[in-house]
Parts: sequence; C-alpha cells; structure tokens
Amino acid sequence: MAFNLIGKNFTPPDIYAKVTGKAKYAEDFKVEGMVFCRLLTSTIPHARVSNINLDEALSMPGVLGVLTADEVTDTDIMDNPILTNHPKFIGQPILAVAAESEQIAQDAIEKISFAIEALPFTVDPLESLFPGGPNARMEGNVANPGIEPEEVKWQVSDFVAAGENHLPMGSPSREWSYGDLDNAFASSVYILEESFVTQGLSHNSMEPRTALAYWDGDKCILHASSQSQSFPHPGVASYIGIAPENLVFIAEFCGGGFGSKGGAYPYVAIPALMSKKINRPVMMRISRNEEALIGSARPGFQGRARLGFDQNGKMLAADLYIVQDNGPTNGFNDWLSAGDALSLVYTPNAMRFRGIPVLTNTPHRGPQRGPGQNQIANAIEPMIDKAARELNIDPLAIRKINAPNNYSKYGGAQTSVTSAYLSEALDQGAEMFNWNERRQRSGQRNGSKVTGIGIGTAYHSAGSNGFDGLLRIDTDGILHIHTGVGNLGTYSHTSTSRVAAEVLGYSWDRCVVERGDSSKGLPWNLGQFGSNTSFTMTRTNYAAAQDAVIKIKQLAALRLGGSIEDYELQNERVQHFNDLNLSLSFAEVAQIAIDEGGSYSGLTYPDEINPMTKRAVGHLAGSGLIGVGRDNLARSGSVAALAAGFIEIELDLETGDWEIKDYVGIADCGTVLHPLGLSHQVKGGAVMGIGLAGYERHIYDPQNGLPAHLGLCHSKLPTYLDVPSEMRWGAVALEDPENPVGAKGIGEPVQGCASAALLCAISDALGGHLFNRTPVVKDMIINFTAGQEQSYGPLQISSA
Amino acid sequence: MAKDMMPAFELYQPDSLDNALELLSRFGDRSWIVAGGHDSFDWFKDRTKYAQYVIDLNNVNELKGINETSEGIEIGAMTSLTEIELNDVIRQRYSLLSDAVSRVASPQIRHIGTIGGNLNQDARCWYYRYGVDCYRAGGNSCYADTPEGQNREHCLWGASRCVAVSPSDVAPAMVVLEATMVIASANGLREVPAEDYFIGPNIDIERMTVIEPGEVLVSIKIPNTWANAMFYFEKVADRNTWDFPLVNISRAMFIENGVVSRIRMAAGAVECIPRRLSVVEQVVAGSELNEETAELASQAAIRGATPLNFNHFKIPLLQNLVKRALRA
Repeated sequence: MAFNLIGKNFTPPDIYAKVTGKAKYAEDFKVEGMVFCRLLTSTIPHARVSNINLDEALSMPGVLGVLTADEVTDTDIMDNPILTNHPKFIGQPILAVAAESEQIAQDAIEKISFAIEALPFTVDPLESLFPGGPNARMEGNVANPGIEPEEVKWQVSDFVAAGENHLPMGSPSREWSYGDLDNAFASSVYILEESFVTQGLSHNSMEPRTALAYWDGDKCILHASSQSQSFPHPGVASYIGIAPENLVFIAEFCGGGFGSKGGAYPYVAIPALMSKKINRPVMMRISRNEEALIGSARPGFQGRARLGFDQNGKMLAADLYIVQDNGPTNGFNDWLSAGDALSLVYTPNAMRFRGIPVLTNTPHRGPQRGPGQNQIANAIEPMIDKAARELNIDPLAIRKINAPNNYSKYGGAQTSVTSAYLSEALDQGAEMFNWNERRQRSGQRNGSKVTGIGIGTAYHSAGSNGFDGLLRIDTDGILHIHTGVGNLGTYSHTSTSRVAAEVLGYSWDRCVVERGDSSKGLPWNLGQFGSNTSFTMTRTNYAAAQDAVIKIKQLAALRLGGSIEDYELQNERVQHFNDLNLSLSFAEVAQIAIDEGGSYSGLTYPDEINPMTKRAVGHLAGSGLIGVGRDNLARSGSVAALAAGFIEIELDLETGDWEIKDYVGIADCGTVLHPLGLSHQVKGGAVMGIGLAGYERHIYDPQNGLPAHLGLCHSKLPTYLDVPSEMRWGAVALEDPENPVGAKGIGEPVQGCASAALLCAISDALGGHLFNRTPVVKDMIINFTAGQEQSYGPLQISSA
Repeated sequence: MAKDMMPAFELYQPDSLDNALELLSRFGDRSWIVAGGHDSFDWFKDRTKYAQYVIDLNNVNELKGINETSEGIEIGAMTSLTEIELNDVIRQRYSLLSDAVSRVASPQIRHIGTIGGNLNQDARCWYYRYGVDCYRAGGNSCYADTPEGQNREHCLWGASRCVAVSPSDVAPAMVVLEATMVIASANGLREVPAEDYFIGPNIDIERMTVIEPGEVLVSIKIPNTWANAMFYFEKVADRNTWDFPLVNISRAMFIENGVVSRIRMAAGAVECIPRRLSVVEQVVAGSELNEETAELASQAAIRGATPLNFNHFKIPLLQNLVKRALRA
C-alpha cells in the first residue's frame, strides 16, 4: 500500500514539552489548598496490624487526617488492596497520613503506634511448595487469575527425585499438551534437559506513581501516572468508589510504566479518598524506594525444559515446567505465556506445558515488557545454541528451521497467527550483521578478552480488536483525532491517529490529536500495553475515519445532490466525480453536520460503542462532524510480533567485564507506522534487554525477607555508559493481513531478542557454558572462569 | 527502611574553617558535617540517622582547591572529584589519583562529590544502609554474615562482627601514594598517614576513619615520593558508572634496570579498610616483571582470605587484578 503519512517520520506533538522540561507529570501540578499525604508501609514481609493508635499523630499541628484500611474501597481478596491491615510484602501501604507538608506527615507517621503480629513468610516458591513450607498468605500458597487461592504442597519424593540440580516437578496447576510427546522424544537424535532460574524484576519506572486528587462536587479530578488513558478509567473509578462518568482522569505524560501502569492500580485511590475525607486537594508523592516496592515486579521463574531435536535441528519435542514467583496476590500469567511463546517461536511437533504460580511475600507481580515471553526467551535461547553446537548446526540455521510462519499454530489451544515472519527477520538481521563472517570470530582471543556472538529471538502477541475510534472535524476544517491511547513514550498515540488522517486525505498540519485528559471526550481504547497499540488503534481510527468518510459523502449528496457513490474525497474537500462545481470543503461539511444533527454531529451514535465512547460523543455533540465506530474488522488469530537480535561482545575472562561491540535488532511488525519511533523501540528495548540479561537485580534476604535492591543504584539498571551508543535496526515490513494498514505491534519482543542474544553471546564467549540463569553478572563469570563453584544452588533465587 | 523524607534540622553554612570548627565545638556529637551531601542526605532521607545541627562546608573556600608545594601537592577536602579528575598536575604526576577518581560513581555525582566526602563515606553494606539494628548501627547482630546473608559485596579480610568493606575507589590510591590526611579541630591540626586513617571494626565498629567528633578533614597532602611513577588503577564493578567496586586495585611502581625498584599496591572493597598488598610488594620488589612474578604475587595477595557465602569470586578477581597490575 502507498501512504502519504503512514511510514513517514513526524514530530510528535508532545516532544517539545518533554525535551524542554515543560511537560507536566502528575507531580508537577499544584492546586489551591493542596496538601500532602504519605504512607505508613509494612516493615516486615507478612503481618497482621491491629490496635492502631492515631491520637498523637492527629494531635500534631499541621496533621489533617488519616486514612486507614477500614475506610477504603473493598477489593477482591486476591487483588492488590489500596491499604491493608494484613500486609503481605515489605513496603505494602497500611495507612496514609495527610498534613500541610510531607515532612509533617512523615513525622506524624512516626508517632503512630500499632500492634504488629509477624506471620510466616517466604520469598522462595520451592520453599513454599515443600511439605510444611510457609504459605505467603492465610488463604494458601498458589493463586493466579482463574485459579482460586489454595494450599499446594508437593511430595518429598518430588524433591528427592529431582535432586539438587533440577527443578522438582510436583502436581501442576495447569497443564496442556499437543502431539505425541513420547514419540517425538523417541524420534529425537539429541535431547537436552536443563533447569533454570529467571529473576523477577522491579519495574522501576522513572516516574513514581505519584497522584494528585481533588473534588468538584461529585466529580473527582485525578492527575495520575498512567501508561494508558481510557483503559484504566473504569477501574480507577471503581477503586475510588464512583461511577466512571464522575472521574476526570488526567494522564497526559507518563515517565515509564513497562506494564506496571497499564491498567488501573489501587494506590491512585489513596489521595482521592483522602481528599474526600479532609476536603482538601491531596498530593501523594511516591518516593523512589516506595515505587520499587509498590510499583510491582516481573515474576521470576524456576523452570525446567526438556527439548528433543532431529539431526537437522528441528525441535521435535518440548516439555516445559514453570514455577512462577507470583508475589502475594493474583499476579500475572507470565508462566502461561512462557509456554505459548516456546510453542510458537520453535514450533515443536509435540509439546507439553506444566506450571504452577506460587505466592511469595514480595511485591505484587504484574506484567513487565514481554511478560513470560521474554523470561522464556532468556532461558531457552542459550539451550538452542547448545543443541546447535551438539548437532553441529549453525545457530542461525537452527533458529530458521524452527521459526514459525503464517500457518503456524501454537499452545494448547493451537491458536493460529495473523502473520509471522521470524525467518525473514533472521535473514534480514543476518545480512545486516554479516552473520557468516561474524560467526567466524566466535571464541577469538585478544589477550584476556574473547569474542562471543549471539542471536536471540522473541515473541509477543501484539494486537487486539473491538475497541472504538472517534474523531471530529470542526467548522474550520481541522481534524481532531480523539484517542484514548496513553503516553508511554512510544508516540503511538499519534502514529496510530495518523491512520484517520490518511484515510481522510488530510494534511497532517491540519490535524490535532486530542488525548491525555478524559474531559476532552476520549474513546474506549485498549491500554497501552501488550505491544497492541499499533494493531488495535490503527483499526479503531480506521473505523472512525470510515464512518466519517461515509458521513461526509452523505452530507455532500444531501446538500449537492446525487448519491454517495458520486463523491470522492480530495484535498480536504468532498468532490463530485463528474461535476467539479459540486464540491464542499470539510469545514463546510462540518457546519452542515451541525445543522443536520443526528449522527452527523454526534447527537446520536451507534449502540455498539462502549459507554465511555458514548459519553465522549455526547461531550462533542453539535461541535462538528463526528466520525465514530467500533472496530468490527475480522481478527482470526493471535497477532504475532516477532523479533530477532544479533550481538557481538568482547568478554574479559579475568574480570567478567563484557562490552557490546555491535547490535542489530530486526522487527517483524508489519507495516512500519513511524520509522523513528520504531527505531527507538528496537534500541530502547535492547537497552532494557541488556539490563534484563546482565545487570538488573531483584534480591531478597531469605532469612528476613528484606529487599536489597531499593533505589535505582542498587537495582543496577544499565546506564547510558553501559550500553552501546550506536545500535542498528531494521524491520521486515511485510504487511499483516488483518490490519487495514498492515501494522502490528512490536514493543515487547525487541527486549527479549536482545536479552537472549546477549546471554547467548556470553555463553558463546565462554565456550558454550550455560548459566541457566538471569541475570548473568560478573561474579558468575569470574567463578566460572576460575573453575570455582557458583555461590548459588542451581534453583536458588534471590542470590546475591 | 528508607522513608525518602528528611526530618527538620538546623542548617549552618560557615564561611571559614574557624567558624566551622567553632560550630563543631559548640554542637559536639549532635552535629553532622555535610560536604557534597550524597552520603549524608541518604541517611537523612532514610531517617536512619538523624542530625540536629548540620554544618555545610560548601562555603568554606579555604578547603577547596589543589595546590603545588615543595613537598608535592595538597588537595583541599572540599575539592570536587571532577576538579581532581581534570587537574593537569595530578594527571601528569599522579595519574593514579585521577584515574581512580574518574571511576567514582557517575559524572554527575563527581561534579558535586568531594574528595573529603569520598574518603569519609560510611559503609555501604546494604543491611546497614537499610536501617537494621546491626553491630555497626549499635545493635547486636550482623545480618550479612549469616548462612543466607546476601553478602556478595562484603569482605574477605578483617571481619570483626561487621563484614562491610571500604567502598572508596580513591582511598586505596591515597594509601599507595602515601598521602597524609590533615585533620583540624578546635585544638589545632594533626596529620595522619592515609594507611592509618581508615580503621576497621576491630578498632571502632561505628566509624570508618580516625576522625573524632569535633574534627574535620581539611586537606590531603600527597608527597613527591611516587610522583611520575608507573601507575595502574582498575576497578571492577557491576556497571561502568554509578556503582561501587566489587574490587579495585591501585599500584605505583618504579622500574630500574629491568627490575622493580619500588612498588606499592593496595586493593579496595576486600576489607573494611583499603588493603595494602604488602606481601605482593615484597614478592615483586627487586624482581623482573613477568608472568611468573605476577602469578606468585597473585597467590600471595589472597593468602588468608576468608570468603563469606556469596563473595568467594572476589578471590580470583583480586588475583586477576594483581596479575593485570603487574603485567601493565
């Protein structure tokens, strides 16, 4: 398809504010009479709090009120609560204190006395599964969305059978399989079996989840940090205990979320409820350390994989078991996604997945970029290299022979895909990276340094359907594209909106993207997560634009005669095919829409759109021509976003240092909407992947349940001096057939392919040694090169 | 646990050393000296340590600057790490120091951080910083030295109830350069060799230097002794920037007629004080530099190391760094 706007770079409308510091994040807002609240948080990992005495705190000058767990909206027992008297991780908020200043609030918190009963706790799923092991909560030790909390203890014999070096595999919570697994293993010429650990990780969003709330009658105005705009709105309203129409949700800028701010999260309700209670605007600033604990974390895995290959490297059989560190709440479905990802990326002829999500007294676990898919990429990709080595197959070739295509099916349900071009991505990357020549450098020595070469591949389902699009053409002919997409930093709020302009033939300088504040009238859109935005919201904007196209033609026919088939859109005018005198500007059409009313100006709207979109249309009604529609386009499978990364490193055997000499990332994302934005996704994802594989820490002292990684310094995120200043990228750019412009998402696998490539390169530099663990940090490399035992046991988590 | 909210304190910003010392005398152990503030403000924000009277030395200009003297150079304690890193005299004659300083923390922190603050910084044991009631915090246990203690960054030598290490990248360089620390109090000045300036938990578990309440480090004198020597500094940390050392090493050396005539070495982050590698020096002095010497020296360097559960990697790492220092 040829486009005027799609595939072209543009200046994101919010970028000047971001680079000049004028962007206003939640913390930057001030309103008259604003006061502050701070949180009393748990200092022990599992406890019951009682006999709270607030007298001294409340008597302090400047203290305005206290909000306790008894006063907040009830949530489901397994959800992350707003406040709780039964904390299940260190840092969990127990109550909030409001005061004229934060310092007074904190001083008052220190004057609050309470009884705290320490309860059994655990930070290790396997400890909890062992007979007699501690449960993270009174309800049990296993839960997940769709799995009611229950106590599960495996048999001692499960542990004994596994020994110290392998994951015990007791009764799972979920199991699926397809194909004849036994036969597939029997047919394999090479079988490997490895147990592994992938570390959990704090999201560590740069902007903590600070929020400001105040009330105007029944309406709550909330400035929050959110990576999504419309999607969290109903959930946030529910946390506050109000109807969605009574919430004004403002989230124009977001300083990072990585999945932790994709949907509604409970803590934004605290300043809203406090504000209602004390009748003052309340700012709740969340500190760096608080964010590390309440900002959720990626689940860690303790896993075991058995993989069988034929002589060509084709994966015939895969048997995967995942024990997920689920935190103390419902957590997330990383473990299930991991099984799906293995199934799709390597397309084994037969596969079994088993897994169990085990509760721990660590922060709430939520989705983090490539939830499940990226952990499993890191675990499996070095094993693929091991198989290639054993079978004497090129690492590129073994990945290509196993790569999915448009006809692949995956997972227990054997789901189909809309498109899959991983093999093409591998080819493109291999050419850019000059794979065949680079491969020869593997193991090359330069003093104490050795070269390692790696490839990584990763997947994420990247698109959804059924959401709404909304636009308005005003009487000046300006196109206002209303989007409920958040501002996670990808600029996809605008790149997807440009589809509407493309369809209507607009010049981009006459378009305005309306977003960031629910009072602007924003449609029901999916959250900005799951790599879905490019696919999902190009479709919604396409639907809205199609509605507008029809209405414009209808109004032209109404006013100028003829039927809609007689008209076409040209240069922001509607023009009769045969009579050049029959023409209206879009500005004129907008006025006619207002005059005609009905659906043209938004006085009526389709029943099928979401109530949020209906309210938005109602808000805009009578102000121009309204294009609105639900995305009813077909979607017959999972939208497979796939990515391949190629990396060369030089690793110093004496210090464990490694330096990335080159990185190439290739995205299978369908049509490229915004090349510059995509390049930032590929490179930024790689930076985060480098952190996932080689830097970031999420350490707990098992004896005391204490977190060792608070703050950005201790979390050891890679800095700009730790990553290459230059990275290269490309896109397969083959259209997805189920998107009107051929686009699909990519945000998540571009992290996983980079982290997996780095792990493979480290392994390659060390002669194929598998650590079977992320992150791989210097002490591990040094111990290996020195021929020493590692400090940790093979299945041990939270190791220093 | 970290609160990220400073309590109130009285702030004093003296404009002379005399005024600062007068304030120190007046407030005694209720006072707290702030230089760059990176260490101090963490404690205050965490509400783990409190100060009633904070004495900010940033207006005391006499504590800033690098001066050449007939005996070497003298660096004011309030001189920023960036200024030291970029100073031409130091880069030409004492590049060990500029190399070490260039690896401290991050560029931003080095702009504000001072040499005095770096040398006087408190232990970075995460348990201690977290605010647990450990020995160093006046309690009666060590959380790091337990079977499950997360002690990857902790010591190989000198454990004495506390297993924290000296976190400074600069301190071992100062030991190697035979620097002298000039300390002022209301009673006047005293000078302490760098090697004696840092103290372990066996001497005083609640502080890391000989500085007493009422005293302030005013300058560091670096003699001509090692000027223009062959220097080597290397730091291994998890990250290239904004990180404390897993192990660092400093070396100064002169070679005459193909053999090492003089050598002085020290390592950081392996003990609560910069660890002078005296035995290595003995092994190497008078020898030719070759792989055999390096190997022997590396063996000597680790003698007596007592690893904890998660830090035995520091033994081969120190060995490797010693070898690298002797190859260079």
